Amino acid sequence: MSVQTTDYTVSDIRSPAAFITSRVFIYGALVFWSFVCLFPIYWTITTSFKSAVDVTQGHLIPFVDFQPDWKGWRSLGLSPDSIFQTSTVRDEFLKRFMNSVITSVGASSLAIIIGSLAAYGLTRYRYHFAWFKNEDISFFFLSQLILPPVVLALPFLVLYREVALLDTRIGLVLLYTLMVLPIVIWIMRDQFNSIPVELEEAALVDGLTIWGAFFRIVMPIALPGMVAAFILAMVLCWNEYFFAALLTSTDAKTIPVMVASQTGSQGINWWSMAALATAAIAPLAIIGIALERYLIMGMTAGSVK
Amino acid sequence: MAEQISTANAWPANSTPADLIPPGRKRLGWALIIAATLVLLAMIVVQILYTTSVDTVGFDTWRPVVYAYVVWGMALGAWQVLTRGEDGQRALFLLPALLFTIAMVIFPTLFGFYIALTDWNLSSFAGRKFNGLDNFWQMLADPYYRNALFNMVLYVLAVLVEYVISFGLALLLNAQIRARKFFRVVFLLPLMLSPVAVSWMIGKSLMEYRFGPAATLARTLGWDNPAFFSNPITARISIMVLDAWTFIPFMMIMLLAGLQAMSREVIEAARVDGATTWQTFWQVTFPLMLPVSVTAVILRIIFKLKLADIIITVTSGGPGGATDSVSSFIYREYRDRSNVGYGTMLAMFYLIIIVVFVTWLLKLASRFVRNVN
Repeated sequence: MSVQTTDYTVSDIRSPAAFITSRVFIYGALVFWSFVCLFPIYWTITTSFKSAVDVTQGHLIPFVDFQPDWKGWRSLGLSPDSIFQTSTVRDEFLKRFMNSVITSVGASSLAIIIGSLAAYGLTRYRYHFAWFKNEDISFFFLSQLILPPVVLALPFLVLYREVALLDTRIGLVLLYTLMVLPIVIWIMRDQFNSIPVELEEAALVDGLTIWGAFFRIVMPIALPGMVAAFILAMVLCWNEYFFAALLTSTDAKTIPVMVASQTGSQGINWWSMAALATAAIAPLAIIGIALERYLIMGMTAGSVK
Repeated sequence: MAEQISTANAWPANSTPADLIPPGRKRLGWALIIAATLVLLAMIVVQILYTTSVDTVGFDTWRPVVYAYVVWGMALGAWQVLTRGEDGQRALFLLPALLFTIAMVIFPTLFGFYIALTDWNLSSFAGRKFNGLDNFWQMLADPYYRNALFNMVLYVLAVLVEYVISFGLALLLNAQIRARKFFRVVFLLPLMLSPVAVSWMIGKSLMEYRFGPAATLARTLGWDNPAFFSNPITARISIMVLDAWTFIPFMMIMLLAGLQAMSREVIEAARVDGATTWQTFWQVTFPLMLPVSVTAVILRIIFKLKLADIIITVTSGGPGGATDSVSSFIYREYRDRSNVGYGTMLAMFYLIIIVVFVTWLLKLASRFVRNVN
């Protein structure tokens, strides 16, 4: 994703008036869309510092319209004055948060491991399993992408009950791995295709085994792709709601389920919902801003030849 | 078992071609796989006998069978390496993902087709009862399911509008602008956010009827009664807007990558030949972008077909099922009525529709792209 230099071509400066109009239009549109993207986030964060009257009167700007207060964060037990006191809400929140971390990191790691191995095999070797060739196997993996969660949800509900995986983090990890595996294989196949085969051939000549060449030569080169796939998988797992809502009840509930379970009730506590929503989106927003390059790399893998 | 597998992993040191493998090693491999298969089958048989109360020996749950499957998978890998040498090591790359996917998809899907043919309500004591195609006939007569399918058509059509907006944004980001990276991060941000949190942030608070900023704005603009979710049409549009807000960055990034991969010479040439900006876009940029566009739109449609969480959390399908997607409808069918048999039939029927539709879409797309270029 290279940034092009701003070299204005002859046609751009045909007439100064037209040039200025187009500049105004471009920056106007950019600022407008930034507002569309950022305002809901701004609204959520500020609402977590508002009291009821500030919400109902639609006050928007802190310190000007209203006096910010830790109200929302206090109700979660996360404000400066309540952080050292015991709080059942905070314990609940931290438990859900840890569940989310464990399931999304666990599923992404598992998917990266088995997905990278499979993608490497598919790009380097020819397989025949009965009448299945490489193309069929690749298609089999990628076709999982169209499988809607709802098709698997009810059978899994029944099967998980039989194998005692209902409401466990392991159960969620397995399902999330399945969900992100096609995407990981897609990205990693693209990644391995871009690595010249000669590198491994040289390694094999030097006496490394197939697996040795994979771990010592190919993996370090493919690491950026793995990071990209991992982050994309993390995003999908962290935000997943459907399976979590169906397959967990008390122990393994994740953050999205906790957020959703608070929205239905009448007389929502605006400030505490806002604080909860902020806490739920903050980790990924930070990861997204910090590692944006990898995310874009993952999303554009294979789409541009 | 673990010991034997570790010996298998020690083998690669001498990468033996298949015909040079000593017969003893081959026999060991065969013994291993046969033993593991027998153990797995024995566990399944014992467990079936136990659950049908023919037998009193067995486990409380089917979990041990899952462990047996994992062990069997390891034995399969060891067998491949022991009997086929280097070819086996190559197969080892593919086996974990393959065994995992088969266990997690094929078996539950087949099981799902069976459940779909039963009358099974988890909250009743009657248990499961085979009832043939009854669920299917019930489904055909179900106006709510038909409505949900119709909604899916509308939601999928909304992708075209999303595509136009995404293309516009990608062009903006590809223009000669300052602070490109800042705008790119900002535009990408909505994709990071959990749809459930977004449903609350936008659906339940920004669009709140009494004092949400979006409602206030709508009143100022002259809409007297900005109830975003009470009328079927506006409710559907609101859901589309919410979903578009989170997913537009996805298409935008793919289109942006396509624009940046395009060679600038072509556009320069068009400009030199005297084409206006508008002509350049329609005659050069857009046709060149078609392959990327088709990929982006198809991927987006595939994600759209799974749409559920926003609807479940914002409207729960209301008003009167008007906004239901197939997934959210089945979700409520289970949550409210515990009706596993009927819900699974709906899901399986949906799966068949999706597979046919996406296959048709891919065929159409490949022909379309070929004809234009």
